[in-house]
Amino acid sequence: MALPKIKADATDARLAALTLPDGAGWAAEARQSALSRVAAMGLPIKRDEYWRYTDPTSLTSIDAPEAAVFENDEAPVFNDLDRLKIVFVDGVFDAEASDDLSLDGVEIERVSDAMNRDIHWAKDLYGVLETRGQTPVQRPLAALNTAFATDGIVIRVTKEVSKPINLTYLHKDVSSDAILHNLVKVEEGASVTLLENGPGAARFNKVLEVEVADKASFHHVRAQGRDHERRAVTGIFTRLGTESAFKSFTLTVNGVLTRNETVIELTGDDAIAHVAGACVGDGRDFLHDDTVFITHDAERCESRQVFKKVLRNGATGVFQGKILVKEGAQKTDGYQISQGLLLDDDSNFLAKPELEIYADDVACSHGSTCGALDDTALYYLRSRGVPKGEATDMLTLAFLAEALQEIENEEIADELGQRLEQWLGRRR
Amino acid sequence: MLEIKNLHVKLENEDKQILKGVNLTVEAGKVHAIMGPNGSGKSTLSYVLSGRDGYEVTDGEATLDGADLLDLEPEERAAAGLFLAFQYPVEIPGVGNLTFLRTAVNAQRKARGEEELSSADFLKVVRERAKTLKIDADMLKRPVNVGFSGGEKKRNEILQMAMLEPKMCILDETDSGLDVDAMKLVSEGVNALRSEGRSFLVITHYQRLLDHIKPDVVHIMANGRIIKTGGPELALEVENNGYADLLAEVE
Repeated sequence: MALPKIKADATDARLAALTLPDGAGWAAEARQSALSRVAAMGLPIKRDEYWRYTDPTSLTSIDAPEAAVFENDEAPVFNDLDRLKIVFVDGVFDAEASDDLSLDGVEIERVSDAMNRDIHWAKDLYGVLETRGQTPVQRPLAALNTAFATDGIVIRVTKEVSKPINLTYLHKDVSSDAILHNLVKVEEGASVTLLENGPGAARFNKVLEVEVADKASFHHVRAQGRDHERRAVTGIFTRLGTESAFKSFTLTVNGVLTRNETVIELTGDDAIAHVAGACVGDGRDFLHDDTVFITHDAERCESRQVFKKVLRNGATGVFQGKILVKEGAQKTDGYQISQGLLLDDDSNFLAKPELEIYADDVACSHGSTCGALDDTALYYLRSRGVPKGEATDMLTLAFLAEALQEIENEEIADELGQRLEQWLGRRR
Repeated sequence: MLEIKNLHVKLENEDKQILKGVNLTVEAGKVHAIMGPNGSGKSTLSYVLSGRDGYEVTDGEATLDGADLLDLEPEERAAAGLFLAFQYPVEIPGVGNLTFLRTAVNAQRKARGEEELSSADFLKVVRERAKTLKIDADMLKRPVNVGFSGGEKKRNEILQMAMLEPKMCILDETDSGLDVDAMKLVSEGVNALRSEGRSFLVITHYQRLLDHIKPDVVHIMANGRIIKTGGPELALEVENNGYADLLAEVE
């Protein structure tokens, strides 16, 4: 079917401005096939159902809109943790700022190095999970990423890794336009924690493909930086084996546009997938979109989505979350909650929770709420002497706490909780 | 201490007058009780004094040691020494009881220009005061009032009062929902706080509570006014005869 003209034109213009990076045979093939898929799908436009709440125009334009660099006087998130640090500046790997990439139980390489070798495990993963994630809903910006990603890291985990791997994405250039593609393969019985922080670039398109083998586990925590004007579209594509676990948490404050897509396929029995997010948005220009698609394709799997958004001064929060339970995925336990806390009358929370179930013995629940702070609770705190601003922050943090609780590592959860408290306090 | 003169209050969003000229003076160190039938305006009086939204003062004034209460934000009233023990303590999921107490104590200290309590000092005091109210470590850790029984909530109110050390305490039906033992415990907590510089305004339906917290003065409130003031014997009279006679007297 031919694309609508407006879409075809926009796609042609964007693709004409990009060139496929070099690489070995398999990589060239993967990129070429992704490019063909993008051309066939067309890049998203506001009229697409999947983008009805979030205007993708600035994500698909030829040039990235400029974004000022946030002058930050505080230590980066995760700075005090014992971790292996890998740094990208405006989407380019910075070897000097990064730690040595050797760590027991893990192979870490730059994606370009992996692509220059004809035989590499990454060949069976690069773009593969992203491709699987294109049905039933198309995600052209992820395919665009697979085709044109210029950097990234590939991580193969063979054991229980002793410390987290921390990808830090710095933003230094006001007009940087970065496309990064990371791969993680967690082999049977292995486990790893991946931390990501920082805004990445003025415009950041990032894809993370994660293969979690049987009995393996993958923990993921990210904080998307504090730059006010940056734009990001991210895609996590994961496939889970038997008795494996995937847990991901994202903290977002600031940024004019954030679209975080998470696509999870539970393909082995008794697997667990949790995905959570806390977001604090301020101002009419702020739009934050969590789009999640979880497919249950095995028995007795558990999935859990917990998303909380605090919005003020005209900010907009979007949640599109779907649980698809395929035929035969009996004893599925699916849970989904999305909540918006509106601190004024100008802010918006738009939610589209979906369940689609083809098995007859499952437990799936979903809920979505949107409201203001509880006046009575606010009055109660104030009657005890807590000033209004501080009381508002206390209740706001309490609201976000449920999402932060999804982080298993208490040290990390505490750090993010404290950061949030500071950030809220500074705005008072 | 507390002086209320000719206080008139209506609901903000409704044309309904609730207080129609309340006059009341509570002297330092005294315990005053207010009794009265349902709907007489007792709780409204406590809310208006503590600064809850939704009410409009149409006439009159209320001062605490000379300071105009009605002009202050709720937190300023608290810092000035006013405390309301709620009839229905509010549940606040996600905020730990200890965090809440510490924030409140230090916010008030800060507002008064005093140094904030250190974590260690605060913990020491709170543990000691919680113990006398039979509040265990678990209750201190849990979110504010969430999953607390009726008695636990009221004890938690008294703990807050003990920590904040206000000079004017208003107890709004603190006895409601309490069994005999809990009422005794709460009363003991209140009595332990009685001192020369601290006054109490105890709002209640029943004389029972006043057996434990002995008032100096008893007021009867009806239809938005104080209709009669007397000694503790007035409470007994109400207990025995109900409000009908008193109301008839006024009419």
